[in-house]
Amino acid sequence: MTETKKIRVLIAKPGLDGHDRGAKVVARALRDAGMEVIYTGLRQTPEMIVEAALQEDVDCIGLSILSNAHGALFPRIVELLTGEGRNDILLFAGGIFPDEDVPEIKRLGFRGVFGPGSDTRDIAAFIRTEIAARGPVRG
Amino acid sequence: MTVAAELVARVEAGDRRALARLITWIEDDDPRAHAALAGLYPRTGRAHIVGVTGAPGTGKSTLVSALAAEERKRGRSVGIISIDPTSPFTGGALLGDRIRMMEHIADRGVFMRSMASRGSVGGLSVSTSDAVRALDAFGCDVVFVETVGAGQAEIDIVRTAHSVIVIEAPGLGDEIQAFKAGILEIADVFVVNKADREGADKTANALKVMLDVGNTMKQRRGDGPARVPAPSAAEAGHHGAREGNFPAEAYAPTTDATEWRPPILKTVAAERRGVIEVVDALDAHWRHLRESGAITQRERERVEDEVRQLLGRTLTRRCVEAGGLERYAALVDAVTARALDPRGAVEALIGAWVAQRKEAG
Repeated sequence: MTETKKIRVLIAKPGLDGHDRGAKVVARALRDAGMEVIYTGLRQTPEMIVEAALQEDVDCIGLSILSNAHGALFPRIVELLTGEGRNDILLFAGGIFPDEDVPEIKRLGFRGVFGPGSDTRDIAAFIRTEIAARGPVRG
Repeated sequence: MTVAAELVARVEAGDRRALARLITWIEDDDPRAHAALAGLYPRTGRAHIVGVTGAPGTGKSTLVSALAAEERKRGRSVGIISIDPTSPFTGGALLGDRIRMMEHIADRGVFMRSMASRGSVGGLSVSTSDAVRALDAFGCDVVFVETVGAGQAEIDIVRTAHSVIVIEAPGLGDEIQAFKAGILEIADVFVVNKADREGADKTANALKVMLDVGNTMKQRRGDGPARVPAPSAAEAGHHGAREGNFPAEAYAPTTDATEWRPPILKTVAAERRGVIEVVDALDAHWRHLRESGAITQRERERVEDEVRQLLGRTLTRRCVEAGGLERYAALVDAVTARALDPRGAVEALIGAWVAQRKEAG
């Protein structure tokens, strides 16, 4: 009978990557961890991602990039979210990032950065912990 | 101003974030949603609600996306609610219908929301009705509710719509499969999508035959619903003649002019073919509902359905809460152990609530 507040996650791929295997694996894993996962497909602009996050009222956005375009796309997405007053949404990144870029990605507000070989259970645990730490969701 | 009143004002002012949050509260069954919906209720009742259902893989999301584009061309704002199943094993859900709808994302005249079925008994259709109402109050002219037509819960949802599209596609196997679940009876418009594939005519014909059989039976019983004709081929002709479009195929003539005959329309939604005719048919059905007065009856049935479901849901919650969750669990254990029968458990739960009411005064 207990109605738990579901964690809603948007998994999105900004940029021009040709495949989304990794994003799909993460989406599936988070679903299996009991979350509601909205998946938007390949080749999304920052504007599309932010609007989808807004309409879906997600608690968390996971962005997957393989093409090294994060330097341009991540700041834009953060800027748009801030403009919409939704910089409360938990952000994490997945894909391939040069080690030296990771501090900058974190500085932008991405609480987690998951490279190749990450355990999907760790990603699910990360989201749960972060969202629990934010107190009651959707206040 | 209370939180709910503030949200109502923001939704009325067209704030997308407020609308999104309201739908979240609806899904969470948050009391703030109840207050906000009460405030918005007088502003609802204007949108044309269209249910879209069919088996997985028939192209529901693609069709809805194409229909939304056509509605936008006609100057209407569009709301879309897309429902996907919650996994009964993990409670999670993968909501992928947006993939086919991203073309509308930059258009402020389209608001789309994915909902997971979440599996609470009777709760899905209640929360869907509320979400539709939120979009209605937000000012959407048309609201599409899209769901897999796999079971009673889904049929209940599409029954809350004014007009129902049942979508079929060729090559999904035995045609009879789709007709088992009572899904034929709820259709106001049939769409055979992927009509460029082999077997489309066969599928359309199978639908036609099934409809004829159903109609003959209704006529014999004399209890066929009051209906008026779908747009005739001649009415639809101004579109039908266009190259690349499929002619609207009005289905088997009936003698009763007050009857709505569900048209069977062929589309290739991915290429936008045949979509104009589907929107024409929706418009005609909406007009028919209003002009024939059938809308009043549909609306009443809809409201009664909802009140009944809400009653069941609310009483369930109150009865369980009155005795406490532990007692509820203990009663379920007792039934499992055959120490009590299910009705006995229900009586005990209701008894707890009645006792609580008496104490309260």
